[in-house]
Amino acid sequence: MNNNGFASYFQLSNVDWPKMWLATWETVWMTLVSIIVVAILGALLGLLLFETSNSKSAGARALNWIVAAFVNIFRSIPFIILIVLLLPATQAVMGTIIGPKAALPSLIISAAPFYARLVEIAFHEIDHGVVEAAQSMGATKGQIIFKVLLPESMPALVSGITVTAISLIGYTAMAGAIGAGGLGNLAYLDGFQASNNAVTLVATVIIVLVVFVCQFAGDIVVKRIDKR
Amino acid sequence: MIEFKDVSKTFDVKEGQVAAVRDVNLTIPDGKIYGIVGYSGAGKSTIIRMLNGLEFPTTGSVTINNTEISKLKGKALREQRLKIGMIFQHFNLLWSRTVFENVAFPLEIAKVPKAQRKEKVLRLIELVGLKGRENAYPSELSGGQKQRVGIARSLANDPEILLSDEATSALDPQTTDEVLDLLLDINKKLGLTVVVITHEMHVIRKICDQVAVLDAGEIVEQGPVLDVFKHPKQAITKRFVNQETSTSSQDDTTLAVSELLKKYPNGLIIKLGFHGDQAQLPIVSSVIRKFPDVDLSIIEGNIHQTTEGALGSLYIQVISDNQDSVKEVLSYLNTMRVETEVIEREQ
Ligand SMILES: Nc1ncnc2c1ncn2[C@@H]1O[C@H](COP(=O)(O)OP(=O)(O)OP(=O)(O)O)[C@@H](O)[C@H]1O
Ligand SMILES: [Mg+2]
Repeated sequence: MNNNGFASYFQLSNVDWPKMWLATWETVWMTLVSIIVVAILGALLGLLLFETSNSKSAGARALNWIVAAFVNIFRSIPFIILIVLLLPATQAVMGTIIGPKAALPSLIISAAPFYARLVEIAFHEIDHGVVEAAQSMGATKGQIIFKVLLPESMPALVSGITVTAISLIGYTAMAGAIGAGGLGNLAYLDGFQASNNAVTLVATVIIVLVVFVCQFAGDIVVKRIDKR
Repeated sequence: MIEFKDVSKTFDVKEGQVAAVRDVNLTIPDGKIYGIVGYSGAGKSTIIRMLNGLEFPTTGSVTINNTEISKLKGKALREQRLKIGMIFQHFNLLWSRTVFENVAFPLEIAKVPKAQRKEKVLRLIELVGLKGRENAYPSELSGGQKQRVGIARSLANDPEILLSDEATSALDPQTTDEVLDLLLDINKKLGLTVVVITHEMHVIRKICDQVAVLDAGEIVEQGPVLDVFKHPKQAITKRFVNQETSTSSQDDTTLAVSELLKKYPNGLIIKLGFHGDQAQLPIVSSVIRKFPDVDLSIIEGNIHQTTEGALGSLYIQVISDNQDSVKEVLSYLNTMRVETEVIEREQ
């Protein structure tokens, strides 16, 4: 077996397919679960940022400052450091620091603030006149959020989810390198450490495909809901 | 009845304070179309927005049928708002909703059951002439059609008052007239009070019963539309009236007048103002018959319809070797109750 030559990339017989599919499933699972939580958490945080951003009350401004600081800090910590930083917390919350489940806290905490910013921007891009029209009809805050803000910014929210999901796929691979499972883990352990280039290549191709599917699905949904 | 009592509004801005509205007193009777006209920044939007609590007066009070709007908060304010419809310059439709869903929107807000919504929405869509376009999205409509959706939407909760903030300013003249006709029609059919704000005198003339002229936050003139058109008192009102009563632009007329002044140094240029029935009298020909030694030359003229009758203006040049005849022509015109204004020669 030649493990160093260029041809080694194509020795597909060296690939343990059941293991590959399991890793693929782990990557998809980590991405899906974290993106669902990120969507909800990010929307809430983004809404909080939006509602407090041009308020006149001192309380709201203080809240905006705290949330913005939280978002900015967690957005700027490099992911690999965040995982290490959160190890004790992960152990406490999830009961383990290895496997796909253990990757969730750091995936969510890194992506939610990022998505919150995107949500805030999406809300700010809604024409203020439309919100005012709803107010003039006697709409409550809740009605404005659910009938105006969310539907009117839906294309931006969905494309934000797509972007976030794609960067989450990248993060799962990074998390995999330190034991979270998934394709990144497989490429690192079975590909790199075992000098099995074919595994690395196949894992790469699958990740790229997953990203493409994600982008494609996102684009289709945005196209369908955008009536502007 | 809508009443503004000593209403002032100042905004705090970085550079200090802006007095957007100053000591406004207004009474708007039920069932009428009331116009507020003023240039950009005069405070028109600020005034109209006080009627549905989008803005609150700094001092003074705004009342609608004895409810003081300026004191309402929370639920009471929201309930009051259901009774007031509003249309906007930029329509402010929800692009994510179809025409039908946009008109249904205020009914959803008022928690009207779904079964009742449908019938009402379809009736409103028909009223504004958009039958068949229920499933179109706003992006598929023209500006005029969008405003029709805006009007249908504003009527959904059977308001007592309809507020129009520059509703035709983004539309071309033809579409403007169509939308104005629709507003007039709705006012007649449904008997609701309409408050219109605009910077176009055309809008006032075409649909309003009464008008107030706003200048830098103050009401400088108000009254029935025809009165204000006939006897504008303030300079700003005259400018607005002229904007409307001269068909060609004011500059064109001034140019023609100065040319004529040069050509006929002894002529007298008079601007005649007609209104109501006089606009139909053959005044010019009777002058020619009565004063054979006078030559008349018509420079420019026009006539407009208002809700209360016709309104016209005519620039004529009176030429005669006999100065007395010219004076007689003037006094004859005055006995016909035609307004005369002698255009002075610039030295
Ligand atoms: N929210 C605000 N904050 C600060 N200043 C304001 C605010 N709203 C209005 N103003 C100021 O108040 C004045 C009147 O504004 P308003 O919008 O009522 O004018 P307008 O007559 O409606 O003008 P336009 O025809 O351009 O719409 C302006 O000088 C404006 O800058
Ligand atoms: Mg305005």
